[in-house]
Amino acid sequence: MTRESSLPLALLFPLVAVLAAFAVGSVFVLAIGDNPLETYGLLLGSALWWPDGIGYTLFLATPLIFTGLAVSVAFRAGLLNIGAEGQLYVAAFATAWTGIVLGGLPAVVLVPLCMVAAVLAGGIWGAIPGLLKARFGSHEVINTIMMNFIAVALVSYFTQYHYRVPGDPILQSAPISESAYIPRLGTMIPGLPARIPLNVAFLLALIASVAVYVFLWRTKWGYEIRATGSNPSAAEYGGISVPRQIVLAMAISGALAGMVGINEVLGYRHRYYDGFSDNYGFTGIAVALLGRNHPAGVVLAALLFAVLSRGGIPVDAFTRNVTKDIVQILQATIILFIAAEAMFRGPLTRLRHRLQEGPRHG
Amino acid sequence: MIELRNITKRFGGVLANDHINIAVEPGTIHAIVGENGAGKSTAMRIAYGFYTADSGEILVDGEVRGIRRPFDAIALGIGMVHQHFMLVDTMTVAENIVLGAEPGGSVRLEMDEARARVRALSAELGLSVDPDAFIENLSVGQQQRVELLKALYRNARLLILDEPTAVLTPQEVEEFFAILRKMRELGKTIIIITHKLAEVLSISDAVTVMRDGKVVGRVKTNQTSAAELARLMVGRDVLLHVEKGPAMPGAVVLSARNLSVGGKGARSGAISAVTNVSFDVRAGEIVGIAGVEGNGQRELIEAIAGLVNPALVSGELVFEGRPLAGLDARARRERGIAHIPEDRHRRGLLLEFSLEENAILGVHYRPPVATGVMINEREVKRRTADIIQRFDVRPPNPALPARALSGGNQQKLVIGREFELPPKLLLVAQPTRGVDIGAIEFIHRKLVALRDAGCAVLLVSAELEEVMLLSDRLLVVHKGRIAGEVDPATANTTDIGCLMTGAQRG
Repeated sequence: MTRESSLPLALLFPLVAVLAAFAVGSVFVLAIGDNPLETYGLLLGSALWWPDGIGYTLFLATPLIFTGLAVSVAFRAGLLNIGAEGQLYVAAFATAWTGIVLGGLPAVVLVPLCMVAAVLAGGIWGAIPGLLKARFGSHEVINTIMMNFIAVALVSYFTQYHYRVPGDPILQSAPISESAYIPRLGTMIPGLPARIPLNVAFLLALIASVAVYVFLWRTKWGYEIRATGSNPSAAEYGGISVPRQIVLAMAISGALAGMVGINEVLGYRHRYYDGFSDNYGFTGIAVALLGRNHPAGVVLAALLFAVLSRGGIPVDAFTRNVTKDIVQILQATIILFIAAEAMFRGPLTRLRHRLQEGPRHG
Repeated sequence: MIELRNITKRFGGVLANDHINIAVEPGTIHAIVGENGAGKSTAMRIAYGFYTADSGEILVDGEVRGIRRPFDAIALGIGMVHQHFMLVDTMTVAENIVLGAEPGGSVRLEMDEARARVRALSAELGLSVDPDAFIENLSVGQQQRVELLKALYRNARLLILDEPTAVLTPQEVEEFFAILRKMRELGKTIIIITHKLAEVLSISDAVTVMRDGKVVGRVKTNQTSAAELARLMVGRDVLLHVEKGPAMPGAVVLSARNLSVGGKGARSGAISAVTNVSFDVRAGEIVGIAGVEGNGQRELIEAIAGLVNPALVSGELVFEGRPLAGLDARARRERGIAHIPEDRHRRGLLLEFSLEENAILGVHYRPPVATGVMINEREVKRRTADIIQRFDVRPPNPALPARALSGGNQQKLVIGREFELPPKLLLVAQPTRGVDIGAIEFIHRKLVALRDAGCAVLLVSAELEEVMLLSDRLLVVHKGRIAGEVDPATANTTDIGCLMTGAQRG
């Protein structure tokens, strides 16, 4: 009973934070000398315009859904995975590597293999800091941050010295085999141009969201992960091995972050491009926070961040003074408001009581 | 001294205080009793300025006073000691006491002056508190004295004590009461919130009884009895004693031989928490373990449950003829060892999880609760409904988080879950701690019924009365060793007390 009635409330709070952030953002827009309504109209309108706006928005949302899910799963186990960025870099490289080295294989074999490579590489990269925590008690925040540095440097090195096409001025690997490509949705959905890089990985992201939900709330493994995050001492009492859950949660988290590599390499650039990630791993933390560590919330939050990101481009071009930096201000302000949840809790609770009591009294 | 007049306080839809009137005479010890959630703490927090009443007024020394913040209350000479101490562990006693009322100029801190005052106050009450000791090195009883001194340092004339004995051992309670009586002699007024009736009768001058946010009785302590207070608190007659037939012990279920458990968590000075303990528990009997808390009881229970690092456990544990060594907590549960832990918040419950999710902890991974990797929702619902119904868990809403329940109902949920196993051996520690009277009676009856159904029960409780009441055999522990075994039907509390403090050993 409480579960259902609390759902709108769970949505209400992030919504208020977003609106408050837009209000604060409009102060900046005014100060710079533009009209906030026009600016926001441009921002939202262009991001949600069919087909280009929506196509690009969904494409930009794809990596954020993966990283948002990754951070959420770790968080449900009581862990803060700051390492999604490193995990997705390693995974993207592994995907490209598989697509290059095993390029002779037919698509039916190669595509799944590349995907497995992404999941495995990300999973292993995530499991390492988990293992360090489970074994030696070293804090996962430090571990994952350090693993990020290692990951970025490592894949950069391999790209530079081993997998770059000789003479190529760009720091990127050789292209993967064409049989490793996954189709763009433009080739399947009428009216959506094939030039838009939105691809099958977006569907995978949606499937992953449902899978994470089912895993966390419907399986015994998910129960054990959540129990560990909620109260490790009680989990231990219930016969759950806490160290094992820590490693498992970090491995799953890393695997989800690693799936960004599927979108990037198999669906978009078809090669490993050094420094491709637009801070997806770190934005994933914000997405998870805004989405309240729930897969449905993560999808919505990722879409919002993608809208802001996509809408920032025309704002940059078509307003007099406002640049796309407004998007970063908005994103940061949303997070600040979310973090300052207590600021709204009082008024919102009072509102709820009034709503609940209103009909009874009159 | 203080009077609450027509105080009403509402939290959302819940009426926590409904037009309550409490008057406390100066120079007396006044007890406020009631079950969990009766509104005792709310009323006192209003008096101390933590909450503001929706309506009503507070009179101090006959004058209406606006107490809106704790600061106002302190200025009027009101001090409060909370159930959970508010002390900084890494600072000294004197530093804690002056915190927020530092002597000296605006920058300089006159610690010498503070230490001298702390010594003087401490001597006046006959407390032996060293102002330079660090809080983290003090026992719980000593920390509580620091809290008292903290209030007195701020010139409190009225002290409000919220469940002060909940954290104390029986000996510490006696010492604490002696201090309170001394303070009364010095002219202080004391309000004590509690639900332990024996303590009310021994310490207070007058009693206010609360139930469901209302004051339901005001009596002079020397004109009342435990039975009357219990009836006022619960609203019906309460059996304060368990009716229990003689035990019919069967085969030995658990046998411990020379069991020792390593020192982690043991009181300082002890090398191991449990040392060379040997005993048997038979089917159909309740074996009680009496002792001052911290004498190895928790380590003993957790070692049997498989929650202690095996490297720290030596000696032999045999369950139904087979050794337990090498089995983890899960495997022991599968064999039929259920465990009601002493701290349900830390060990026994996932407070943010629903009743349903709590009802399956420990069996969540195996049939019938889990089929394959999926959790069987229908079985979860059935199990939860069954526990709620058989153990009278209220409110009976399986989707509520465990946090939303009162202590008694949380405990009933834990007990119901462990009974569902079903257990061949039940390890149960402090089964009625923080549980209201109505639920205590219920829990005691359930434990006896489980015994009568042929289960072996190993019971640990810091309440001597409780272990004496329930046990068929009683072991007394002191410093991790068994100091003696007594027959609870014939033993008297003085003898047991001597064993508990090690007086008769050797």
